[in-house]
Amino acid sequence: MIQATPVQVMDGADVRRAIRRIAHEISERHHGAENLVLIGIHTRGVPIAEGIARAISEFEDTHVPVGELDVGFYRDDLDHRPTTRLGRTLLPIDVTDETVVLVDDVLYTGRTIRAALDAISDLGRPAAVELAVLIDRGHRQLPIRADYVGKNLPTSLQERVTVRVEAMDREQGVWIERPQM
Amino acid sequence: MKHLLSIADLDRAAIEGLLDLADHFTEVLERDIPKVPALRGMTVATLFFETSTRTRLSFEKAAKALSADVLNFNPSGSSLSKGESLKDTVLTVQAMGTDLMVVRHGAVGAPARVASWVDCPVINGGDGAHQHPTQALLDALTLRRRFGKLDGLRVAIVGDIRNSRVARSNIDAFTALGAAVTLVAPPTLLPLEIGSYPVSTSTELESILGDLDVIYLLRVQLERGSGPVLPSLPEYVARYGLDRRRFGLLGKEAVVMHPGPMNRGIEIASDVADDPRALITDQVSNGVATRMAVMFRLLTGKGQP
Repeated sequence: MIQATPVQVMDGADVRRAIRRIAHEISERHHGAENLVLIGIHTRGVPIAEGIARAISEFEDTHVPVGELDVGFYRDDLDHRPTTRLGRTLLPIDVTDETVVLVDDVLYTGRTIRAALDAISDLGRPAAVELAVLIDRGHRQLPIRADYVGKNLPTSLQERVTVRVEAMDREQGVWIERPQM
Repeated sequence: MKHLLSIADLDRAAIEGLLDLADHFTEVLERDIPKVPALRGMTVATLFFETSTRTRLSFEKAAKALSADVLNFNPSGSSLSKGESLKDTVLTVQAMGTDLMVVRHGAVGAPARVASWVDCPVINGGDGAHQHPTQALLDALTLRRRFGKLDGLRVAIVGDIRNSRVARSNIDAFTALGAAVTLVAPPTLLPLEIGSYPVSTSTELESILGDLDVIYLLRVQLERGSGPVLPSLPEYVARYGLDRRRFGLLGKEAVVMHPGPMNRGIEIASDVADDPRALITDQVSNGVATRMAVMFRLLTGKGQP
């Protein structure tokens, strides 16, 4: 029997600081926040995107639109993966000619991002697409990398990474579950 | 869920799960590119042994919006006319490589028989006067999107209930979701098995109009034998047709539905059919999203119950 014991690797303040740093990096790279749209990938990507947008609006004095994307219909493992609950897809503005920053909680195999890129291209033609993630845990199966990373977290394939955010889970932090034989 | 043969096979949670999924597909259908790759590489066959325009087109559009390929089987001019049996026909279609079949047939239970012969999921696209489950789901979706929920809605289904598969599947779906259903028809058009439904009945339309949230009109199906049991068509229109005056007796928020094809001037007056409170075109567009939901549910996530 494998017993999992979660170990906390980031607390609520760490997550908040990472989100603020990502916000600074985004506005630094784009010299502000013009023509920028943040799109959170369901489920935890959405509140993280909202957090980044709030932080940018504080120091840039401008409103950054936030969209939501569910990639369920674009996954490549639909035939054997149970259909999980789907979130809504809602873009506040037309993404064509905007710079889209996709936001997710954990970057792992890259397949979710691949699906998200396909979904985005069905919704419009952005000027550019970038990727921001709270955690990069490695083990990519596709040539995908993040432009903004909250924390690089080396993991083994057997480990599980759990992200909880204040707005959704009433507690905030990142945990890693290490299997013990 | 392996097949969709009858609404009676589904509980409230299963129906609501399909409606939730259909809600997502209504959003997909509003996009610039109203198509997702979910069923790429799969083949959907539509086998309509009975004529249809909207249902077949709706299934075809739904399959294509999910990126599936579609095979359309047309019985006229097929080997059926050479004497091939139903079983051999469907086994032939299966052997060509189909992942899902939609079957409409004039005989009650034909889609269920097909389901017992083939390995793939089967959707009942209407069998005789028995069931038309995707119609019931799209009607439930249309009402849920209009009113938020069906609980407590007062629905009258008016017309040829006895010969109507739409009525039978809609009774199942509406009552499962908490609506109160009244069947309105002359006694000869009420079903013989009426006692087995959790519904009330009325042979009179006008006096109940003011108490309705939804009036659901059925087509007078002369081809299914409504003719012999109706005293006369003009008398039916006079007692049960929804004309402008009767429309005015409905509550301000009440809506009118019809599964199509309509006989304008018989069960529904032409100007009533074109009123904004007639949801007939909503029903059609929700039909595509609903059928996408059913196909998606049947063809993905195998290995879960």
